Amino acid sequence: MFSGDQIASLLSEVGVTHVITVPDSTIGRWEKAIEQSGRIRLVRVCREGEAWQAAAGLYLGGATPLVMIQCTGLFESGDAIRNALHDWKVPVFSIIGYRSYLDQAKLPGDTCLMFTEPILDAWKIDYRLITSPSELHVIRDHFLSCRDAGKAGAALIGE
Amino acid sequence: MATTSATTSRIQLRSALETLRRIRRDDEVIITTMGSAREWMTLGELHDLDFILVPSAMGHGTSIGLGLSLAQPDKRVIVCSGDGSLLMNLGSLASIVAANVPNLAVIVFDNGVYEVTGQQPTAAAGVGRPDGRSADYSGIARACGFESVHAFNDDTTWADAARTVLDAKGPTFISLNVEPVVGGTSPHSPGPTAARAKRFMEALRR
Repeated sequence: MFSGDQIASLLSEVGVTHVITVPDSTIGRWEKAIEQSGRIRLVRVCREGEAWQAAAGLYLGGATPLVMIQCTGLFESGDAIRNALHDWKVPVFSIIGYRSYLDQAKLPGDTCLMFTEPILDAWKIDYRLITSPSELHVIRDHFLSCRDAGKAGAALIGE
Repeated sequence: MATTSATTSRIQLRSALETLRRIRRDDEVIITTMGSAREWMTLGELHDLDFILVPSAMGHGTSIGLGLSLAQPDKRVIVCSGDGSLLMNLGSLASIVAANVPNLAVIVFDNGVYEVTGQQPTAAAGVGRPDGRSADYSGIARACGFESVHAFNDDTTWADAARTVLDAKGPTFISLNVEPVVGGTSPHSPGPTAARAKRFMEALRR
């Protein structure tokens, strides 16, 4: 979908200081470019719930974090999202890999397709679905819109 | 590897926190959760850099602390966690070491139980385990890569060493063997979260 350089450049442009991540086979390919950007600190955590809470700590400390995970990690993250985004009103932006959205060859009938968007809706995370390489600007525009509104948001990347 | 250990007695949670409050420097951030938050709020006026993590997500004090220590590298961040909370987020110890945050200290108040829900044993407590042996949190921290690891079993040793171990280059892991607080309940929120977060962020900027 996008190259690591494209994502690193975009995140630098909008002022992201830290990317907290657990990789999948799509977004994981961006790690090297993000690390080499020199302007963004990559923070590797063990499980996705950690990512939201580390992002909350970064935000409280004055940084501009972004969470980068797969949708399966979104499912794992529930209590951490509830607390960071809704109890503490921390406006974390996230990039979430949407497993099997574009290609179900490996996992026919993948239930990620059944639950990902309803769960984003349940957690009241305003998201944009990205399905084409021509939509990089949608991520940028949505990030800036959420930042200006002081609310959480997500870019859901079809995989 | 620095390791401090003492005898078989146990520390009172309140006195352990009184020590921390007494030695705390003015620019240090202290995050408290669950039982530690409940007791901390009774010790006196809160400091601007106290972050009472109430309400919390399960076991995520260490993760909030990781983020704060990355964003504020010139401030020491001290996370007060229960053992039950740490068990819910053990991976955060590996994440902390990977992030290389010398200004972060994790203090685990190990009472072996989920105190606020009625003192049920944790899965890591000796009670109910086949060999009767409790999990070794200091050993877990060392295995994750913490080099500054300390364990204390009595008030006096903790009180004498606390400032020194917190001043060491971190990340630092401190295990305190504490007595459960009889009747200890979950803490009350000290006020609206959004307003507290805003005040805390302003205090960090000063």
